[in-house]
Amino acid sequence: MAVDTATAVPPPPPARQQENKEEQPYLERGKKRHTGPLLLGILVVWLVVFALLKNHDTRALGLQDTTDFHEWLNRIRDWVQLHGPDNWFFGGVLGFIGDTFNNIFTFLQKLVSIPAFPRPVPQIGWLGVVAVFAWIAWAVAGLRSTILVVITFLLFGVFGLWQDSIDLLLVTILAVLVCFIIGLPLGIAMARRTTMSNIVTPLLDIAQTMPPFAYLAPVALGFGIGPTTAIVLTVVYALPPLVRITEHGIRSVPETTIEAARSLGLTSSQMLRRVELPMAKRTIVVGVNQSMMAALSMATIAALVNGPGLGKPVNAALQIQNIGAASVAGLLIVLMAIMLDRTTTAASERSGGVASVSGPQVLLMGVVLEKLPRWATEDAGRGVRHPRLTNAGKWTIRGLWLIPVLVAVYLSRQQLNFAQFPGRDVWGFLKPIDGKSVTKYINDFSNWFIDKVDTFTLALKNDVTKVVINPFQNLLAESPWWAMALVILAIAFVLGGWRPTVISAVCLAIIFGTGLWNDSMVTLAMTLLATLLVMVVAVILGVGMGRSRRTDTIIRPFLDAFQTIPPFVYLVPALALFGVGRFTAIMAALAYAAPIATKLVADGIRGVAPTTVEAARSTGSTTWQMITKVQLPMARESLVLATNQGLLYVLSMVVIGGLVGGGSLGYIVVSGFSQDQLFGKGLAAGIAITAMGVMLDRIARYAAARVGR
Amino acid sequence: MTTTAITPEGGQASPASMENPALHVDGLWKIFGPRADKIIGTEQANLSRKELQEKTGHVVGIRDVSFDVAPGEVFVVMGLSGSGKSTLVRLLTRLIEPTAGTVELYGEKITGMDDSALLETRRRKVSMVFQHFGLLPHRKVVDNVGFGLEVRGEGKSQRRNRAQEMVDLVGLSGYENNFPDQLSGGMQQRVGLARALAADPEILMFDEPFSALDPLIRRDMQNEVIRLHEEVGKTMVFITHDLAEALKLGDRILIMRDGEIVQIGTPDEVVGAPADEYVRDFTSEVPKSHVLTLKWVMRPDTGEVPADAPALPHDQIVRDAARIVLDHDGPCRVVDGDKVVGVVDDEDILRVVVAEEAH
Amino acid sequence: MARGLTRGRTRLVAIVASVGLGLAAVAGCGSGGGIKDASGGSSSGKDCGDLRIAVNPWTGYVANAHVIGYLAKTKLGCNVTYPDVKEEVGWAGMASGSIDTIVENWGHPDLVKKYIDEQKSVVDAGPTGGKGIIGWYVPPWMAQKYPDITDWKNLNKYAGLFKTSESGGKGQLLDGDPSYVTNDEALVKNLKLNYKVVVGGSEAGLIQSFKSAEKNKTPLLAYFYEPQWFFSEMKLVHVNLPTYKDGCDADAAKVNCDYPPYELNKLIAKKFDDSGSPAVDLVKKFSWSNDDQNVVAKYIAADGMSPDDAAKKWVDANPDKVKAWLGS
Repeated sequence: MAVDTATAVPPPPPARQQENKEEQPYLERGKKRHTGPLLLGILVVWLVVFALLKNHDTRALGLQDTTDFHEWLNRIRDWVQLHGPDNWFFGGVLGFIGDTFNNIFTFLQKLVSIPAFPRPVPQIGWLGVVAVFAWIAWAVAGLRSTILVVITFLLFGVFGLWQDSIDLLLVTILAVLVCFIIGLPLGIAMARRTTMSNIVTPLLDIAQTMPPFAYLAPVALGFGIGPTTAIVLTVVYALPPLVRITEHGIRSVPETTIEAARSLGLTSSQMLRRVELPMAKRTIVVGVNQSMMAALSMATIAALVNGPGLGKPVNAALQIQNIGAASVAGLLIVLMAIMLDRTTTAASERSGGVASVSGPQVLLMGVVLEKLPRWATEDAGRGVRHPRLTNAGKWTIRGLWLIPVLVAVYLSRQQLNFAQFPGRDVWGFLKPIDGKSVTKYINDFSNWFIDKVDTFTLALKNDVTKVVINPFQNLLAESPWWAMALVILAIAFVLGGWRPTVISAVCLAIIFGTGLWNDSMVTLAMTLLATLLVMVVAVILGVGMGRSRRTDTIIRPFLDAFQTIPPFVYLVPALALFGVGRFTAIMAALAYAAPIATKLVADGIRGVAPTTVEAARSTGSTTWQMITKVQLPMARESLVLATNQGLLYVLSMVVIGGLVGGGSLGYIVVSGFSQDQLFGKGLAAGIAITAMGVMLDRIARYAAARVGR
Repeated sequence: MTTTAITPEGGQASPASMENPALHVDGLWKIFGPRADKIIGTEQANLSRKELQEKTGHVVGIRDVSFDVAPGEVFVVMGLSGSGKSTLVRLLTRLIEPTAGTVELYGEKITGMDDSALLETRRRKVSMVFQHFGLLPHRKVVDNVGFGLEVRGEGKSQRRNRAQEMVDLVGLSGYENNFPDQLSGGMQQRVGLARALAADPEILMFDEPFSALDPLIRRDMQNEVIRLHEEVGKTMVFITHDLAEALKLGDRILIMRDGEIVQIGTPDEVVGAPADEYVRDFTSEVPKSHVLTLKWVMRPDTGEVPADAPALPHDQIVRDAARIVLDHDGPCRVVDGDKVVGVVDDEDILRVVVAEEAH
Repeated sequence: MARGLTRGRTRLVAIVASVGLGLAAVAGCGSGGGIKDASGGSSSGKDCGDLRIAVNPWTGYVANAHVIGYLAKTKLGCNVTYPDVKEEVGWAGMASGSIDTIVENWGHPDLVKKYIDEQKSVVDAGPTGGKGIIGWYVPPWMAQKYPDITDWKNLNKYAGLFKTSESGGKGQLLDGDPSYVTNDEALVKNLKLNYKVVVGGSEAGLIQSFKSAEKNKTPLLAYFYEPQWFFSEMKLVHVNLPTYKDGCDADAAKVNCDYPPYELNKLIAKKFDDSGSPAVDLVKKFSWSNDDQNVVAKYIAADGMSPDDAAKKWVDANPDKVKAWLGS
């Protein structure tokens, strides 16, 4: 083992460049920093102040107490409620948008999901819907996606949640459509103009940091309850990823290609239509895909303002503590996510030139392409064995397949059993696998399991809360507010320099202004602890996944499922296992944030250049040395990104954590949404969470930029 | 090295300006930075690259470059990475905007053109070939080749025919329906070449087109360029960092360092009379016998050589003359037309060849 | 030959066009066959149209809503929908016209003032017959083991029992869903109790806590309320606070008495009231007891029946009560 390199003679300094060689560009020399000692110093001062002035100036506010600022927000709300309908903006503009979307949505619903009065069933029954969607999936994404689509749709029916499932699909499609219409031009503009990017990016940051609960009430105030509010909520949440990814996609069109195109004399719009968009197409589809996933994860929250979809049965099941029923609905959301994800991915892969060769061939098994008429096929180029279908040929074949689809649609309008998905009393064979049975299986199992372990888990919760959560929270929440603010600013400065310090100062001022300082600090404590936990899990799993393909294959589906399953669904088992409290909220946050962080870490580890790994191995590194000295340090940017994302995800769970005893800001947001006199306070809490998110995000980013250097 | 002692008769052989050049470049500058135009003409412009960057944060890309390219000539710009050669070729069609100076293409001023005229120039008069090809992966070979024609609005059948011609010309027949990622690097660059030729431009510009290719493929492609040059006879500006490539292709070579011209000359001038240590360093590894002509190795005619000794043209490459000189006992005559301009003997030849082997 | 994008566009257009064509063709075939149009209700001659009943997030409410909804649908031929909203949002919905009725309202004097008195967009539709009780409860085993715990004066004696990791050295008083109005913090302070209010977060959280407290015989003191189906599963015991007198809760900061008994009532939107829909009468006449509601709620929550099935079961078993609501 070549571990004694330290004793080796240092290599001679590189020979000085000869005068007449190329000049080296001027570079700033790195400065030595003392981050560690400085942080330690801050901690010591902080502890001293804490010991002396504990519980002074903590700015705590009682549960039902409000400040003038909250009351002021209340009065605005009152005004909108009383006079809004006659106002040109609230009643006119927002009202018009609201009505339009509600009407479009109701029209679609009557077409495929709810009874089109006076018909007792929708215009097109389940058989027709399945056939149409299967055909679309086949036309754009291929056979495999078609099978997935058919199975998923059948399960909607088998589990007895046909209408809610289709409603959710409609909301998602409409919302993503709106996102696309807004997001694509926005992303393009941002990619082409740096100023635009500089203006919009912070807004996207805020939209992504703001907890959906915080804008639930104001949006409902503006658009009324129902589909429009659900769509607006979903758009706010699902737009940022699409915009960012579109911008990224257009920006990452290779410089050479752009240059080559410019040298051919393309105009700006030719460049966009013929070079940038086609080449960024795949990336944009990834953006649409991400947008869809985000939209689905809003389903349960939108259901709180009567948003149609699978969120409704989830929420209803939660009210009655029915883990099974919540899981069944949650499972369908996951399935829908998988279906949309795989289909859009497959569609984007097929849109690439080469892959399109194989698609139709699968379905043409037995048909020899050469036998088709001339216009339907063309030579696929040298080195590619089969001829390829021309567009005309593809569409002819697709057109033929439309005939059975139309027959199915026709039948679904004529026959009750093809219109309304038959339950177990019609199709007896469904009995062991339908929604009721699966609900029961899950309930039986979870009751049994919880019964076995809950004494242990409850004790665990109590111990961890006493030893870890309480002391840390006390330190943050019981320090005087000014001391706490100074500590945060000092840390921001040491980690990231003066820029994040200024941003933090603004954010802290906003938090102070909301009148919820103490609650914010409690939330901050929980957020930091949860993020720490998330990173521990993410690094352990991520390193394993990054180093071994097999581990990755095993773990990844679970991560995918946890990412899409609505958080509400695992609140029930979390409650049953850990009871009410902050620990439970942290666990829920962990379940929500760990998947994304883990994936980022895994990708980072895998992204370490194989040559570097090889070089390290050739010096005789052990596995442990490889991980700690090569792979983790080199994946450091991914680690920082994972921490940042983990932090934001944790923060977005703070509100939901409020539902299981997380208390503080989350609870206030929810109570503001449901109690008339606390509206303003809830809104203020939403603002505080957003400010905190922006602050933490900025500190992390600037710190990362330093580390990355 | 004794070759330094030989002074070429041409000296600085670059004509300061020629009659009706294909490309005329005069006083071209590029400084990167927000206040670039404020620097030219001040004292700061005379600072070295490094000093300027330290003081103002601006980087000099190209410093006061002037040259002419004759119609039909292959003009090679050579330099190490960072020397500014890629910036230079981009300034010529304003893919990068010059800070100062003029570029004229067949008398037409490119600097100062409005946007539409510039587009028109790029569409019809200048074509470029890039190091990393810059092909569109979502289009078939034939559609990539015809892309420039499509952009300028030519009809489908017309551009298809033209594109197919070009595909055949660069030797890709049969691959027209493939997608770029189904082709090897060399084949992809042939597509790039075909695309550039399809527009039937007045001048072709190559930005290190073969640097990303394997040596053998590179040699093939260089020969391909020589063949195409013979067939279509276009003016070419060729950027490379490979001296061997420059010597092989170039009628004349411009050597750059730190954004400035170090030397302009024919291959044998560059090798035979390097302008400074920098160029000498460069050319020291070149097999001189392959580049130098007899006029670089001959001695003055003192009249002792018999008139029946073999007469060799003064611009014959040393390597090609070596056999005759070595076979003949005694010196040979070097002639320019009918005039005897000097003599060479075995020793003159061997000095060049042996010097190489000493390396 | 603009490929790329155009290819995608033609594809999309073709999909839309062919789907549209197909639908048109099929629609032309008319709707005979196995499906008959729903002929409205049997009795009422008047057209009912839409009825949108807000559904608030507790199961007792769901019982009210679906019993009324079931009757409106089957007897009056209404097209019933159940928007899920929280209380405050439901009021706002009635004002803006997206909701017709709320069928179990717990007080809310501030909202009454805003919408009924000032804006006059909402109308009181009379009591549901249910009596709302809010208070502090302990699980049955505790009441058995410590019989005197049901008097608030003894709570400090037992404070040590209720200590948890969440309550910081004091006894824990667990509160519920953020939408519940609570005086608990003020009560703890004004009654000088050595307790800390810990927020649970939801009805589910409270019920789960009671379940595990009873099962593991751990102490628990929590905010809860009746009517509530969970009482049919577990008889929680009410802790008596100082008796409520009119006005003792006037100042939120100085409350020192138990919660007032609530007369639960129904609300309808003014627009709906004026529409002349037969469902208006149904909502106004609807009235039943806590026990009735608990039965239906239990069908839903404990027996896992769908709300509509539960409503049907109860309606079939109680024809007289139903008749009184529908009689004209």
